[in-house]
Amino acid sequence: MGNVLIFVEHAEGHVRTASLPAVTFGKQAASHHGGQLYLLLVGANVKSAAAEAAQLGAAGVLTVEDAGLGHYLAETYAPLVARVAKDKGATLVGGTATNLGKDLLPRVTALLDAGMASDVSAVLGAKQFKRPMQAGNVLTQIEVLTDVVVASVRQTEFAPAQPGGAAAPIEAVPAGALDAKGAAFVSLSTTKSERPELTDAKVVVSGGRGMREGANFKPLEEIADLLGGAMGASRAACDAGMVPNDLQVGQTGKVVAPQLYIAVAISGAIQHLAGMKGSKVIVAINKDPEAPIFQVADYGLVGTWEKSLPELKAEIEKRKAEQR
Amino acid sequence: MKILTTLKRIPDPEQKLKFKGSGPSQTLDLSGANWVPNQFDEYAVEAALRLTENASAGNARLGEVIVASIGPKDVSQQLRAALAMGADRAILVDGKDEDLDAEMVARTIVALVQREKPDLLLMGKLAADSEDNQAGQLAAAYLGWPQATFAATIEAVEGGKALHVSREVDNGVETKRVALPAVVTVDLRIILPQAVKNGTTKPDFAYAEGPRYASLKGIMAAKKKPIEETTMQALGVQSKLRVKTTALEAPPPRKAGIKVGSVAELVDKLKNEAKVL
Repeated sequence: MGNVLIFVEHAEGHVRTASLPAVTFGKQAASHHGGQLYLLLVGANVKSAAAEAAQLGAAGVLTVEDAGLGHYLAETYAPLVARVAKDKGATLVGGTATNLGKDLLPRVTALLDAGMASDVSAVLGAKQFKRPMQAGNVLTQIEVLTDVVVASVRQTEFAPAQPGGAAAPIEAVPAGALDAKGAAFVSLSTTKSERPELTDAKVVVSGGRGMREGANFKPLEEIADLLGGAMGASRAACDAGMVPNDLQVGQTGKVVAPQLYIAVAISGAIQHLAGMKGSKVIVAINKDPEAPIFQVADYGLVGTWEKSLPELKAEIEKRKAEQR
Repeated sequence: MKILTTLKRIPDPEQKLKFKGSGPSQTLDLSGANWVPNQFDEYAVEAALRLTENASAGNARLGEVIVASIGPKDVSQQLRAALAMGADRAILVDGKDEDLDAEMVARTIVALVQREKPDLLLMGKLAADSEDNQAGQLAAAYLGWPQATFAATIEAVEGGKALHVSREVDNGVETKRVALPAVVTVDLRIILPQAVKNGTTKPDFAYAEGPRYASLKGIMAAKKKPIEETTMQALGVQSKLRVKTTALEAPPPRKAGIKVGSVAELVDKLKNEAKVL
C-alpha cells in the first residue's frame, strides 16, 4: 500500500475552502492505503497558503513554485502532479471536483496510467467508492482496478478539514521545465462578491426562470444578505443572462448542500435538483402548485415572488429585531 | 477545419429511472428507456457546424465534421439525426455502455483521432448519465494535445491556427488559447447566438439559439451520408476496464414536506421547527 496525495487549490495566499473536504477525504483514504497523507500546492507564490495547509493534519506539504505557474493550466499542472505522486509513492491522488479539479484530475489519471473515480461521495475501501450519477438519481458503488487510483471528491459530502495540531513540514519541489503544449492563459473575468462562496454558504437563496430579468434578483439578494447567505440560480436563469453563470446550481453548475436552500420561481428540473437535493432544509416559493420543486421541498409556499419576497424580508427582519 | 465530434446516446434524463433486481444484484432497467442524444454532445455538433460553415454566405461548407459514437446499432438513429443537422459523415463503433469506462471510450476516441487526423476534437463536457467528465481530458493527455474544457465560447484566431476558448471556471469565465490540434469540451452556453466565431462568418452574425433543427433537405441528404460501422478491435484499441460498477441503488427519498399557508407560517417553521434561522 502507499501514500495519498491531495491537490490543494489556493487563491490570494489562502487555501480555498473548496479544497478542505478533499483533505478530509485524503485522511480517510490514507487509512485504507496504510500510508501517509501529503498535500500539494502549485503556483507562482504558494508560501502563505502552504503554511495554512500545513495546519490541516497531513504528514507533509509539498510545494511547486514557479513564475510560469501563476495561472492554472491543465497542461503544465498535470505533469507536476503526476511526477510528485510518483516521487512520493502515492497510490491515491485526489482533489475536490471543482471545475479546476474536473479539468485537471483526468489528465493526471492518464499520465499515471491510472483509473479515476469521479465525484466521490463516500470512501468504502482503498479502491472502492460511492458516487452519484444520472443527476443524483442513482448511487453507485465502484471499484478502481488499477494500482494507482485518482479520485475527485464531491465537496458537499466530506466535512471541511480543520486546522489544529502540529504544523507539518513543508518541502519545496522544483518545477523543472514547463511545457504548455500550445496552451496559454489569456484572461479571467471574475464576478467579485462580498457574499460567502456558493459552495460553502450556510444559506443559499436561488432564483429561476420565473424571475424574468436580472433586476428582479434584487429582493433575493436582500434576503441572502439578511441571512448571510450566497446567491444561486437555476440554469434557465443563467442561460437567459439574468445572472452570471457561476451562480448556477445543478448538474451543470455547482453542487450545494447548505443548511437552508430557498428556491424562488424555480420549477425544479431534474438537473437543478441534482445540485441542491442534499440541502438540509429546502424551501420552495413558486406560483405553480404543481411545480416539481415542491416534491423535494420541506416547506412549500404557493405564491408569486413579487408578493412573497417583500413579505419574507419583512418577516425575517421582524424576527431578527425580536431576538435583539 | 476538420473536426471530430462525439455523440453518446443516454436514457432521457426527464424519464424516471427504473431499477430491477434487489440487493447487490440490483441494476438499472433500461428496457423501456427512451434514448436521446446527450445534450452536451448535441451542442458540440452544433458548435462544430458553426466552426465549419460560412453563415454569412448560405452556410457554405468550410470544413468537415465527423460524428462518432460508441454503442449498439440503434445509435445510428442519433447519428443520422446529427447528419441531418449537417455533419458530413458518421462512425459507429460497436460497444455496450455497461462494458465500457471513460478510459476505454477515451482510447477509442484516440484511435479515431489517429486515423482521421482532425484539427479539433470537439466533445460535450460530460455525459449526463454516467457523469464521469473524463473522456475528453483523458484523450487530450493521451494525444499530448492542449485541452479547453467547459467551453462557453470558441473563436478561431491566428488565421485558424489556434482557438480562444472562454471557459466556465469556478470564479468566473477564463479565456484560454489552445493551438490546434486541440481538444475542446463544450458547456451549455456554446449554443448562444454569438458563441462561436470561425473567422469567416461575419463576426456580428447571430445564430438562432440552440442546436439547429434538421431541415427537410438535411434529412433527405442525411439518408445518403455514410455511417461507417467498426469495432474497437478493428481500430486497434487495446484497453481494459479500469473502473467497475459493483452495485447501484436509488438514493434514499427525501421525506415528504408540507405546504405552508403564509410567509409568517414559513418563517415560524424555519425558526422553531427546522431551526435554521
